Amino acid sequence: MLGKGVVGGGGGTKAPKPSFVSYVRPEEIHTNEKEVTEKEVTLHLLPGEQLLCEASTVLKYVQEDSCQHGVYGRLVCTDFKIAFLGDDESALDNDETQFKNKVIGENDITLHCVDQIYGVFDEKKKTLFGQLKKYPEKLIIHCKDLRVFQFCLRYTKEEEVKRIVSGIIHHTQAPKLLKRLFLFSYATAAQNNTVTDPKNHTVMFDTLKDWCWELERTKGNMKYKAVSVNEGYKVCERLPAYFVVPTPLPEENVQRFQGHGIPIWCWSCHNGSALLKMSALPKEQDDGILQIQKSFLDGIYKTIHRPPYEIVKTEDLSSNFLSLQEIQTAYSKFKQLFLIDNSTEFWDTDIKWFSLLESSSWLDIIRRCLKKAIEITECMEAQNMNVLLLEENASDLCCLISSLVQLMMDPHCRTRIGFQSLIQKEWVMGGHCFLDRCNHLRQNDKEEVPVFLLFLDCVWQLVHQHPPAFEFTETYLTVLSDSLYIPIFSTFFFNSPHQKDTNMSSPKRGFFREETDHLIKNLLGKRISKLINSSDELQDNFREFYDSWHSKSTDYHGLLLPHIEGPEIKVWAQRYLRWIPEAQILGGGQVATLSKLLEMMEEVQSLQEKIDERHHSQQAPQAEAPCLLRNSARLSSLFPFALLQRHSSKPVLPTSGWKALGDEDDLAKREDEFVDLGDV
Amino acid sequence: MASASTSKYNSHSLENESIKRTSRDGVNRDLTEAVPRLPGETLITDKEVIYICPFNGPIKGRVYITNYRLYLRSLETLSSHWRFEVDTCLFQDSSLILDVPLGVISRIEKMGGATSRGENSYGLDITCKDMRNLRFALKQEGHSRRDMFEILTRYAFPLAHSLPLFAFLNEEKFNVDGWTVYNPVEEYRRQGLPNHHWRITFINKCYELCDTYPALLVVPYRASDDDLRRVATFRSRNRIPVLSWIHPENKTVIVRCSQPLVGMSGKRNKDDEKYLDVIRETNKQISKLTIYDARPSVNAVANKATGGGYESDDAYHNAELFFLDIHNIHVMRESLKKVKDIVYPNVEESHWLSSLESTHWLEHIKLVLTGAIQVADKVSSGKSSVLVHCSDGWDRTAQLTSLAMLMLDSFYRSIEGFEILVQKEWISFGHKFASRIGHGDKNHTDADRSPIFLQFIDCVWQMSKQFPTAFEFNEQFLIIILDHLYSCRFGTFLFNCESARERQKVTERTVSLWSLINSNKEKFKNPFYTKEINRVLYPVASMRHLELWVNYYIRWNPRIKQQQPNPVEQRYMELLALRDEYIKRLEELQLANSAKLSDPPTSPSSPSQMMPHVQTHF
Repeated sequence: MLGKGVVGGGGGTKAPKPSFVSYVRPEEIHTNEKEVTEKEVTLHLLPGEQLLCEASTVLKYVQEDSCQHGVYGRLVCTDFKIAFLGDDESALDNDETQFKNKVIGENDITLHCVDQIYGVFDEKKKTLFGQLKKYPEKLIIHCKDLRVFQFCLRYTKEEEVKRIVSGIIHHTQAPKLLKRLFLFSYATAAQNNTVTDPKNHTVMFDTLKDWCWELERTKGNMKYKAVSVNEGYKVCERLPAYFVVPTPLPEENVQRFQGHGIPIWCWSCHNGSALLKMSALPKEQDDGILQIQKSFLDGIYKTIHRPPYEIVKTEDLSSNFLSLQEIQTAYSKFKQLFLIDNSTEFWDTDIKWFSLLESSSWLDIIRRCLKKAIEITECMEAQNMNVLLLEENASDLCCLISSLVQLMMDPHCRTRIGFQSLIQKEWVMGGHCFLDRCNHLRQNDKEEVPVFLLFLDCVWQLVHQHPPAFEFTETYLTVLSDSLYIPIFSTFFFNSPHQKDTNMSSPKRGFFREETDHLIKNLLGKRISKLINSSDELQDNFREFYDSWHSKSTDYHGLLLPHIEGPEIKVWAQRYLRWIPEAQILGGGQVATLSKLLEMMEEVQSLQEKIDERHHSQQAPQAEAPCLLRNSARLSSLFPFALLQRHSSKPVLPTSGWKALGDEDDLAKREDEFVDLGDV
Repeated sequence: MASASTSKYNSHSLENESIKRTSRDGVNRDLTEAVPRLPGETLITDKEVIYICPFNGPIKGRVYITNYRLYLRSLETLSSHWRFEVDTCLFQDSSLILDVPLGVISRIEKMGGATSRGENSYGLDITCKDMRNLRFALKQEGHSRRDMFEILTRYAFPLAHSLPLFAFLNEEKFNVDGWTVYNPVEEYRRQGLPNHHWRITFINKCYELCDTYPALLVVPYRASDDDLRRVATFRSRNRIPVLSWIHPENKTVIVRCSQPLVGMSGKRNKDDEKYLDVIRETNKQISKLTIYDARPSVNAVANKATGGGYESDDAYHNAELFFLDIHNIHVMRESLKKVKDIVYPNVEESHWLSSLESTHWLEHIKLVLTGAIQVADKVSSGKSSVLVHCSDGWDRTAQLTSLAMLMLDSFYRSIEGFEILVQKEWISFGHKFASRIGHGDKNHTDADRSPIFLQFIDCVWQMSKQFPTAFEFNEQFLIIILDHLYSCRFGTFLFNCESARERQKVTERTVSLWSLINSNKEKFKNPFYTKEINRVLYPVASMRHLELWVNYYIRWNPRIKQQQPNPVEQRYMELLALRDEYIKRLEELQLANSAKLSDPPTSPSSPSQMMPHVQTHF
């Protein structure tokens, strides 16, 4: 199967970083059982976590079998999460404890995971923000991982209601300073607690060595070099300390426009063609400066346009492609389809489901991203061209497209370690503004664009279409998407490596200065594009490449292309439908086959061990290894997220009626057989 | 048998088991060798044509027409622009093959006239029942088009030309006889029938009570044959309520029938009312009988105008009536037409979802499934006996009862169980296959045609998709059933009812589809199947989980082609093989050890070095 690439170099030697795998492995279950047996429900606090406010006799709505009931308990808000502690925490059955989130419990919502808060006043639902004059009788919390919580406050003391509601609103909605991120208190308190995972060889790309290793791995070291010109962020705070440029490029060029206008290497293909990215030069009015910029760029292009470099095709991702605005609008429509308050809402939207999905455009945006990545792959693979991705800051769509291209072309990126290294290289070191894009600090809603989530959704399409080509499964991607909102992993909580280094290594260095000046609005788009194919020709090449690849049988260790036809782009059901009880298939779903596969794998392994033993001793074989997922057929499609599991086996039945057939009304009225039965 | 190398390409297409492989020399091939033929199949004609492939453009070929199939072999070797190993086309010796049973043809049209200019504008356009069209361009001179048109018309629509359907000429032999799969007495015995509430009656032995029902019926013990005759007068086409399935534990039943003949005046029939009460009383647990009328209530009301109707509250005090809002055969037919419009030849891309929605196909699937879930749930947890009908009780009723039985009874989820289910609820209870499919009939606009059985198979597919370990059969099994629904190679889906089949001596004169399938079962098995007795399956009838069955409806489009077998399945099969190998090895070792008794192990090398180790990741 997939080779576990020998990842040496800098990765393993560094200080351990918290990983985003937060689900308990089966062998760890025993430690959790002790906690479950404790009758008293206590608030579980992480190191450095502090309780801020709480309210008792809160009623949490639980949906089961299309009717709601309530569970009494305490609602608390800490500097890390909102948590509900049920008074009657019935013992969880085995299925549920098999896999359990170590950090976030069933009724925990990290502050960063809160999307919208609604209050219900006299049956009316209103968005809650700022100072409240009146306090709601019901609180509805929509989460970024698409859970929906409903708490009834009618039986709670008035002052407690005030305290908890305003506390929650303040801690989740009000703008926050970077230094207030829980990350810092956790890092200080938990410093000695971090566990080393010796297997974690994710390349972090924060040393020159890491980059050299990557150059060597992709055989890019003939034409490209790793540079340390930005060590200590002397030249530019947007770029990482170390990166790779074409070998003949003079290092002082990097300083010229603070790293703008510099072709930065992403990856090299086996045929020598490379994927490069460049952030555009600031647009200037002044003719003199324009002239300087032009000659600067001419110089750059001269370097990369002559042999040994391949012909360069420039892909301007800022024009003629997606805008961040489009992504934002699409996702906010799309997510609404899954933030479902009750059963009625679920069935009411069910009839119009496909048109609602389409009108969100989210799936179409995924298709466009995959298509763009295929086009670029075609240029590199079939036409042996270098592709230069161009974007204002080279930190949004550049990250997305370049990672997708590498995922399709480089099987190493489809291993778990390779994939994590890819994210580290293209997203974290590539300076994707996670803090702004996830709006972790609630400072500017307009900057909130789920670019990384879009990337994960594109990856999911590939994993879903070609599961054997990946070392990881969709569950890995879902867990990864959740970790975007868990502020104990530093990975997704900074705008740039510079910001992380200055804040993480020396926490006392004063307030973080918001960098707005890097958001330069204009760019030099057209002038730079040296090679623009006519769209027809491009279309043709694309078609031929795409069709011919799909006509062959798939080599999972080689080039991998997604299908992008209408019916092939699907909803990432595991992420988006996992909290909706109506959408749960009891004893079914993909998990049913996957767990059969795991069982079989275990059986084969234990047989293998037995054979080994036989060879070494005459002893009778060991007792059967305990079966991990013995009841696999009884798991639900929501596994391992099935915390809202329906406990009975009652079917869910649509409650909404039939939609008018429109022009088919005539037919609908006709009888199957037009025979007059007359009077018998 | 299709060899391994060809089966890779024809995994979606019709079976070719009994086809001999064509010779490899290619030159001077005798005509009889060029076309695969079933025993009993004869070559009628051959013509040089241009096949206009909607995906790859025109290609020159020779078409052979037999009394069973249309077979095309390309004459040019494929140029590089033929990028696809199209499913429709088996590639042999780098030529393109098209192999289409004439039974799938619903319409043949001439395109272009004597004056037609333009390349390839003169020829034939053939509409098929399996979601595709075939176009052939012919030379204008000579009478090649007229000949081909006439021969095709004659053999594709034999009934209009007083010719027999091919199934009656087919002389294939299989080592199992599919006609013995379903034996009603055995099936009812499996269900524990007769018992002291239900009896088997032979009142319909010669089809005199109801000519569209099977000879053997299960009715309440307390209802006499005379009662049955009186009830028959009040049920449309005499299709009286009879038992389909009984719950093994709570003894509630699913009963099927046609609508009562209430009419405009709201007629009542004491015998019918009493009969329903007798059915209700076989179950002591609940005081009401539940009636599911599959139709939308407006249609049920409208049916009164033509003498039909539904069970009113005043007449049937002890019954509760629900309408399931499933539309009629005409709506379903138009809906499927729209599906074809969006998938053939090109798949709608950017507006795929809204186009799909506008066909309403999945919405209909949802309603059928929802109805069946309700029936199953009522019987299983509601502990109430259920009576299901629509208008005549042979379309929607068959869908609902058979799907509910599939949810309730794990036996029907095995290959033979499913064959029995189809044989029982559809074939023996008189789903009008001849009229709904239009076997051998040229009247393609016949309003009696409707894809009701296809819709049922689609529902089964949706269930198997939601419960990938619950069914013994795989997708290929469902596809081959649908392929031979149209092919007329087997007698299984011919004729409207048992009495017609008996008159035609179908079981003596034709071969059963189950003979083909059961003699080659391995091919249709789902490796993930986990047998679970008494587990009720409730699919989720939500659009969030319903999907268009791409591998069936869009299988002709090479761009959408799914990997076969699917990679997860493939991986599982590899593991299964590895497991078997290890078990064998272990047994060998055990034997060796017991033979040597206490001898020390001699083999110095670890077996793990000789065998591939399992990769734990996937």
